[in-house]
Amino acid sequence: MTLSPATLQKIAEVIPHYPAEQARSATLPLLHLIQEDLGHIPDAAIEFVAAKLGIQPVNVYEVVTFYPMFRRQPIGRRHIKVCRTLSCALVGGYKTCAAFEAEFNTHRGEISPDGEVTVDFVECLASCGTAPVVLIDDTLHENVDCAKAKALSNQIKAEAATRK
Amino acid sequence: MPAPAERRLIFAHIGEPGYTNDLPCYLKHGGYEVLKKAVARPPAELMDEVKKSGLRGRGGAGFSCGLKWSLVDRKSGKPIYLVVNADESEPGTFKDRYIIHQDPHQLIEGIMVTCFANNVKQAYIYIRGEFPEGARILERAIAEARAANFCGPNVVGTGYSCEIFVHRGAGAYICGEETGLIESLEGKRPYPRIKPPYFPAVLGLWQCPTIVNNVETLCHVKHIVDMGGDNYAKIGTPNNTGTRLLCVSGHVKKPGYYEFEVGKVTLGELLNEVCGGPLPGRKFKAVIPGGSSAKVLKFGETFTLKNKDGTTRTLAVEDIPMDFDTLGACGTMGGSGGVIVMDDSTDIVAALANINEFYAHESCGQCTPCREGSLWMKKITGRMVHAGARAEDGALLKSVADQIAGRTICAFGEACAWPTQSFIAKFGDEFKGYAETKKTKPAEAIELV
Ligand SMILES: Cc1cc2nc3c(=O)[nH]c(=O)nc-3n(C[C@H](O)[C@H](O)[C@H](O)COP(=O)(O)O)c2cc1C
Ligand code: SF4
Ligand code: FES
Repeated sequence: MTLSPATLQKIAEVIPHYPAEQARSATLPLLHLIQEDLGHIPDAAIEFVAAKLGIQPVNVYEVVTFYPMFRRQPIGRRHIKVCRTLSCALVGGYKTCAAFEAEFNTHRGEISPDGEVTVDFVECLASCGTAPVVLIDDTLHENVDCAKAKALSNQIKAEAATRK
Repeated sequence: MPAPAERRLIFAHIGEPGYTNDLPCYLKHGGYEVLKKAVARPPAELMDEVKKSGLRGRGGAGFSCGLKWSLVDRKSGKPIYLVVNADESEPGTFKDRYIIHQDPHQLIEGIMVTCFANNVKQAYIYIRGEFPEGARILERAIAEARAANFCGPNVVGTGYSCEIFVHRGAGAYICGEETGLIESLEGKRPYPRIKPPYFPAVLGLWQCPTIVNNVETLCHVKHIVDMGGDNYAKIGTPNNTGTRLLCVSGHVKKPGYYEFEVGKVTLGELLNEVCGGPLPGRKFKAVIPGGSSAKVLKFGETFTLKNKDGTTRTLAVEDIPMDFDTLGACGTMGGSGGVIVMDDSTDIVAALANINEFYAHESCGQCTPCREGSLWMKKITGRMVHAGARAEDGALLKSVADQIAGRTICAFGEACAWPTQSFIAKFGDEFKGYAETKKTKPAEAIELV
């Protein structure tokens, strides 16, 4: 596992946000930084965080396995998170999700065959007034009906084509 | 009758063209003037203003803010922490999002006034992991405020110092529960703590006295200190003071966020006039008035409530004022201000199945009644929708729900039981006849689970 110098720098900056004797509190921030860098949390990252904060690897492991945002495995290049909860579902959230799955020929929770995306359902994204909503990586998209899902998918595909 | 006008205190600049979330814009609109005046006053006076204001927490429970602050253990000699609950994860709720993204300095000013009033030297904003942009905005705003001496060392030249840090969650709803949140901030699984003894005011973050307040609540503090607690208390209705942000979603013409004096708008005015009424050709069927945990209301039902003078009054769903007390008296709650509307096209069983899936996913798993009960409620409603429904399923669901509430460590137990209990109580016939209705369900019916 190799972390970028920028990540190591941010890790060094965030640890003092907590009292020295409470270093364990930096577990979540460290895991976020590592996942942003590596794409997921491998075993070596768990050992690394534990050593860095002076806690046991199991203390980190139990955190990684509880919180839905932390992943033990790599995912597609882009992460498409479709809101599943009631307000979005009431106006077609399930269809939106199906549209993304169809566009990338994939199923929820899997990496698409072209490696470009992982589509997932997530719970309420706190934007229910502009339902259905979709979070693609860090960007929220509002009022995503099937047509908009298709347009967003096409953007991702076009971007992928320019890389090839 | 025209809809009562909104009164925008917290959302004064939300959605305003040209209003940006940086410090210069905030200063141009009078920003940090309240903080400058506040730090020149004795902290006890500020606490008193908040007490007089009657402010009730906007995170869900509606607990008195002044009382919460007065319960803080100030004799322990340990530091006092402020934890800002920016977890905003109650389904149907989307108000704190706009404060964080569009007016972060209003929140920071509210935080700093609160910290000064309570002698807090360190505050953490616990923001849900799904707001990555919000976290960056807050971090930048804190850096700007710090550079201008509105937080950090030597605030406004007074010698008082207070740091604010942003701490991101990672996708778990239970982190919104204040003691789960504290555990999460300590770097652990967010298992809620048992109360007593772990009242945050005494044994909170790192076993130190801790104040946990919602984002919106802290913004109100700024306005209370600005106008004075007595003046603030004149806004709204008795015991339900101030304004409150209402988030409307689901089957209405104009979903969105609105701000009203508490209790000055009825549910009917809100949905029919402010939000433009039901979608074309539709009628309202049900509404959840305070986030998905609040008990559902059925259009057509009425409530007979006692007046102070011993007489009674009868309210239809449309007549209920959006305050804490009347919604409570009608058997539900104002909760987080998230109003979820369902019209007559809604498959009520499937809607409950959707909600149950949420709670089954989000139970932290510490307490058997909650972990198993939420799972079974999900399995039963899911089976009703996707496989065979039985006439006795309603009774079975009710018996599961009835065995959760009151038997758990945290209020999630109630939160997951109330939807099932209220759906069955009010729409029992639909559960009973579901096997039959399913046969005639239109093919284009929207999928809810
Ligand atoms: C299951 C559960 C989830 C909660 N989620 C939130 C939340 O997302 N945001 C919030 O502010 N309060 C939430 N609360 C309420 C908090 O526990 C706490 O009462 C609140 O943050 C106190 O702030 P206030 O007094 O300013 O409202 C939740 C409570 C429970 C039981
Ligand atoms: S009630 Fe549910 S969420 Fe709360 S502590 Fe118990 S198992 Fe966890
Ligand atoms: S239900 Fe989808 S954002 Fe809230």
